[in-house]
Amino acid sequence: MFAISILVFLIFFATPGVDPAARIAGRSATPQVVQQVKHEFGLDRPLPVRYVLMMDHLFIKQDLSSYINIGDRVVPQIESAAPVTLSLVLGAAVIWLVVGIAGGVIAAANRGKFIDPLIMFFGIAAISVPAYWLGQVVNLITQSKLHASLFSWVPPSGYVALSASPGEWALHLLFPWLTLAALYAGIYARVLRAELVNALNEDYVRTARAKGLSERRILIRHALRCSLISIVSLFGLDFGSLIGGAALLTEVVFGLPGVGLLTYTALQNLDLPVIMGAVMYGAFFVVLANTVVDVAYAFLDPRVRLV
Amino acid sequence: MMGLAVCLFVVTICLLAPVYAHDIAHVNAFASNLQGTTIINGKRILVLQNNTQGLGFGVTPIGPTWNFSHYFLGSDNQGRDVFARLLYGGRNSLLIGTSSAILCCAAAAVLGVVAGYFGGPIDWVLSRIFDIVWAFPIYLLAISLSVVLLTSGLNLGPVHVGPGSLLLPIFIIAAVFVPYVARPLRGIVISLREREFIQAAIGSGASDLRILWKEVLPNVAPSIIVFLPLMVAFDMLTESALSFLSIGVQPPAASWGTIINDGLGLLYTRPWVAIAPGIMIVITAVSLNILGDGARDAFDPKAKLRGSI
Repeated sequence: MFAISILVFLIFFATPGVDPAARIAGRSATPQVVQQVKHEFGLDRPLPVRYVLMMDHLFIKQDLSSYINIGDRVVPQIESAAPVTLSLVLGAAVIWLVVGIAGGVIAAANRGKFIDPLIMFFGIAAISVPAYWLGQVVNLITQSKLHASLFSWVPPSGYVALSASPGEWALHLLFPWLTLAALYAGIYARVLRAELVNALNEDYVRTARAKGLSERRILIRHALRCSLISIVSLFGLDFGSLIGGAALLTEVVFGLPGVGLLTYTALQNLDLPVIMGAVMYGAFFVVLANTVVDVAYAFLDPRVRLV
Repeated sequence: MMGLAVCLFVVTICLLAPVYAHDIAHVNAFASNLQGTTIINGKRILVLQNNTQGLGFGVTPIGPTWNFSHYFLGSDNQGRDVFARLLYGGRNSLLIGTSSAILCCAAAAVLGVVAGYFGGPIDWVLSRIFDIVWAFPIYLLAISLSVVLLTSGLNLGPVHVGPGSLLLPIFIIAAVFVPYVARPLRGIVISLREREFIQAAIGSGASDLRILWKEVLPNVAPSIIVFLPLMVAFDMLTESALSFLSIGVQPPAASWGTIINDGLGLLYTRPWVAIAPGIMIVITAVSLNILGDGARDAFDPKAKLRGSI
């Protein structure tokens, strides 16, 4: 996490040819103004000093404020955006886990039959669709001509807090959930099928067959349990990075004011403190997710516990 | 084989973009054409029609004519032929996807093989760098780099790359995907190193360079070939996402992502501007993925790949 914070800091402050002071001062600023801005924001100090100062403001004093909208504190902004992203990713995660695992198991159970390549083709298609484009097409279908008839129940894009109205919350997020989940459902179904087909060739499955267990029981109780390990590790990484801002494109298309949108706006203005804060917040969830994955391994796979 | 056929078809029609623009449609796909006219049903009409709804202000571009020689998919809000731009955009999308995939696989092959073969401190440093980049959400990294580099271009000593250059997205996309390819390659090399034939080569006194070139590389090559079509698909999708956020290919050049962005404002009046490039992306990415699956089955039946876009 420390390493990530340094990497981010370096990308924005030490890339040759990039001058944040010039951006803040504006296009037609005189050299004197640029110098003054540099001094006010402490940009004329050496890099390590600036790094320590920024981390101090971000984590200890928590009063880091935006360069662009002076007075906007970074930490409260992220705190207010986080629930939106969390709602989006949680709902989508439920959908993609259910659809992905069901798809993988059905395909593996029917391998060699017609339905297996069909599911796998849908998987490839879902992986190949850009999320932001799918979101636009969904908007087009639900908000345009059909909005008067078939989709009159779909609200305009935006976000309603869960605490304000649970029904509206779910209704506003339904299509963003489906859009975000499509890609991951495709990946998970494909990975799980590959894992299951591998597992079904293992010795312990042959033992289970020799005991006379039914094929369904072998698939669900024996093979699936082992194959879920790779799904869990994938899920940890994907979930962590999505919470951390990778859901940006979905948020932009559906106008959801989450961390991704916050980061995106900050990036367009080169609002460095906000970017720093948002990326650190994201990195925190990625690291957390990795830890949780390691613990979850032990529950799922008895072999890990021995080590 | 279907995958390969569809890929070749898409590449061919995109390469024919200038032929289409000059000899069939007679349009310039990059200059705005606000006063332009075209012929529909024998009548000459403006490409940008005056609005008849609401207050009557502004203009709406014409929709698809479904006629190959006149604005097949209609025009965008600059009066440019969407179909011609679609073909030109495909060239950029495919060019960026392919060249960044090649660059990424080459860099990953060098780093992964070096880390896996030499081990020790080199391996430790390289692996930690991969870990850090891996822990970073990939889109955020690509977007951060693009925002920074596109505002000023890249100045590295004598090398200067201008802000609008296609090289920037190529380098950025290649760089962020390196760990995805390098980590599995490193694992393969580590297990190769213990095999008898490598031990024999070391024992016979061959130099490191000779072992890497003659023994290790031929055994890693199939894995790299398997990665390549998948990386082209990933890179193309990333490029389109960056361009959609207007931090990839810069106007007036086009890519499928920028055309989708152009179509965003016209989504409810002229949906085809945004829909058509998306369909092209999906077709190309699906065919590349099928091609990648085929390559994996042919070369390396046990390979596992982490897809993450």
